[in-house]
Amino acid sequence: MEIAYREIEGRSGAYWLLLAVLAAVTAAGLAGAWAMEHHGHIVTGMTNQIVWGMPHVVAVFLIVAASGALNVASVASVFGKDFYKPLAPLSGLLAIALLAGGLAVLMLDLGRADRLVVAMTRYNFTSIFALNVFLYTGFFAVVALYLWTMMERRMNRYAKPVGYAAFVWRLVLTTGTGSIFGFLVARQAYDSAMLAPMFIAMSFSYGLAVYLAVLIAAYAWSGRELDAAMLRRLKNLLIVMIAAVLYFVAVFHLTNLYFARQVAFERFVLADGGIYPALFWGGQMVLGSLVPMAMLAHPRLGAARGTVVAASLLVILGGLAQMYVTIIGGQAFPLELFPGVEATSSFFDGRIHPYAPSLPEFALGLAGIAIAGMIVVLAVKLLRFLPERLDARLGESS
Amino acid sequence: MSGRDAARRQFLAWGAGALATLTIAPGVLLLRPVHGRAPEQAVTGKARWGLLIDTNRCAAGCDACVTACNRENGLSGATRETDAQWIRKVELRDPRTGRKASLPVMCQHCEHPPCVDVCPTGASFRRADGIVLVDKHICIGCRYCMMACPYKARSLVHEPLADQQPDVPRGKGTVESCTLCVHRVDRGERPACVEACAAAGRGAIVFGDLNDPASAIARRIAQYPSVQVRADLGLNPGVRYEGI
Repeated sequence: MEIAYREIEGRSGAYWLLLAVLAAVTAAGLAGAWAMEHHGHIVTGMTNQIVWGMPHVVAVFLIVAASGALNVASVASVFGKDFYKPLAPLSGLLAIALLAGGLAVLMLDLGRADRLVVAMTRYNFTSIFALNVFLYTGFFAVVALYLWTMMERRMNRYAKPVGYAAFVWRLVLTTGTGSIFGFLVARQAYDSAMLAPMFIAMSFSYGLAVYLAVLIAAYAWSGRELDAAMLRRLKNLLIVMIAAVLYFVAVFHLTNLYFARQVAFERFVLADGGIYPALFWGGQMVLGSLVPMAMLAHPRLGAARGTVVAASLLVILGGLAQMYVTIIGGQAFPLELFPGVEATSSFFDGRIHPYAPSLPEFALGLAGIAIAGMIVVLAVKLLRFLPERLDARLGESS
Repeated sequence: MSGRDAARRQFLAWGAGALATLTIAPGVLLLRPVHGRAPEQAVTGKARWGLLIDTNRCAAGCDACVTACNRENGLSGATRETDAQWIRKVELRDPRTGRKASLPVMCQHCEHPPCVDVCPTGASFRRADGIVLVDKHICIGCRYCMMACPYKARSLVHEPLADQQPDVPRGKGTVESCTLCVHRVDRGERPACVEACAAAGRGAIVFGDLNDPASAIARRIAQYPSVQVRADLGLNPGVRYEGI
C-alpha cells in the first residue's frame, strides 16, 4: 500500500488562532530581545555571576530536543524499521524547527546580537562554540537533504545513505552541545566527559517526547486516523529513552559523590541548594521521569492518546527543569579559586549566586518554542509532511 | 711603525670598542623593554609580563589597587552583581586554623588561557608578551569566556557607558577584564594597581618581565616560594602569589 502524504487543510478558525498565538509569543520575545539590545543585559536577571540565564535554558533544551526529534526517521532509515517510515518526514521537520527556534534564542541573547556577521565570518577552531556553528548549519543542510530524499519519490533510493549521514551528524552535534559544558574545566558542575553521552541520551528522550506530543496533536486536530499499534511502539520507545537518561544521571552524580572535592557541589544541587534540588528531584526525577514512565507503562491507560500526550509534556517539563539545574545551578555554585579555604570579596567570591529571570528573558525563551511551533504549523499546511492515515500496515507493505 | 706598535694599536682599538659596547649596550639591549615600544613596533614574545603579589604585605581593608584600577580604566567602582570589576580584594580564612590572608585577584594572564580557547570569534586573545585581552570589535557578547575562566576575572558590560577613558575602550554588550594596563605597559610604565600599592607604602605587587632572569620579579620568584592560583589546571598564569 502506498503512503499518501497530504498537506493539512489549515483553514479552520482554530488553525489561524494557533498561528496567531504563536506569532504573538514570538513578537513578545522579539520585544524582549530588543529591550536587551537597547538597554543592555541589565534588563535581564543575568549578572556577572550567572552569565547564562533563562534564554540558554530554553535554547539548549530546544537544540538537544532537535537532534532527538530526528530519531524516528533514523529508526526507519538506519535501522531499517519500515514500520516507522510514514512517521519520518515529520521527524525531520521537527528537527529543523526545534533547532531554528533554539538558535534564534541563542543569537538574540548575545551581548552584541548585531554582530551576527562577525560570528559567521570569524572562527576560532579551538572553540567548541565555533565548531557548533558548522555542526548546526550542517545539520540544517543534511536534514533538508534527508527530507528531500524521503519526500521526492525519485530520490527515495538515496534515503538510506543520507539517513546514515544525518544520524552520524546528529550524534556529533549533540556531543558538541554537551561538550559546551563538558569542556569547562574550571567549574565543579561541568568538567566531565559524561556530559556528552548524557546529552545524547537526553536528546533521545526529549526529542521523542516533543515528537509524540506534536504527532498526536496534529492528527487529532486535523481529524486524521492514528493507529494504536504505532502509538504503542512509540510510547514504549519513550519509556526506554527515559530509563537511559536516568542511568546517565545516576552515574554522573554517583561519580561526583565519590570524589571528595565534588561533594560540596553535589550537596548543593541534590540537597541544600533550595530551588535546584527541588527542580532536580521534583521536576526532573519525579514529574519528568518516574511519573511519565509509570503512566506509559500502565497496562490499560498507557497507550491512550491522552496518557501519551500528558506523559510527553511531563518529559518536556522535566527536561526544562534539568536544563535549569544544569545551566543555572552549575553557575550558582561559586567557583573554587582557593580549595579548602573560605573566600569573600566584593565580587561575590565564595557565595551562592542568586538568579531571578526577568520578563524579557522569559519572553525570549518562550519565543524560541513559538518559532519552532510556527515553522511546524506552517510547514504541515504548505508541504506534504503528514500521511493521511497512520496505519501500522502502511509502512510494512510499502 | 713596527709590527709591535701595530699590534698594540689594534689592541687599544678593540679595547675602546669593547668599552663603548659595554657602556651603551645596557641602554640599547636591556633597558629597551622597560622603555616600552613605539606604536608601530610589533609586540614580541621576548618579554612575558607578570605580577608577583606578596600577601604578607597586602592589608585587609586596603583597596588602593582597586580604586586605582577603577580610575585608570574608567570603571564606576560600583559593586552590584551586574557591575564590572577588573580587580577585587579577596579575603581568605582557613576554617581549620583561622589564618587569614588578603589579596587582590585580577585576570591571571595565563599562558594557556581557557577564555582564548573557548572564544568562538577569536576576540579573546593572548598577546605575544603574555597579556590576555579582548578585541572589543569582534566580541559578540556570548560570555562563553566568562563560563570558562577559573578565576572569575571577566565581566560583561550590562549597561550603556559614558565618559570613557580614551586609552581604554569599552562597550556595552562586550566582555572585558584586567588588561594589565596594557596602554601603560606599552608606554614603559607600570600598571596602575602596582603604582597605587607602592604609593600606599605597601609595595605588595611587583610588576616585571618573567622572561628576564635579571628582573626583580624573576629574581624573587627564583629565590622565594610563590604559588599560582589553581596551579592544578596547568594554565601557567603570569600572576603569582607569596604567602598563601
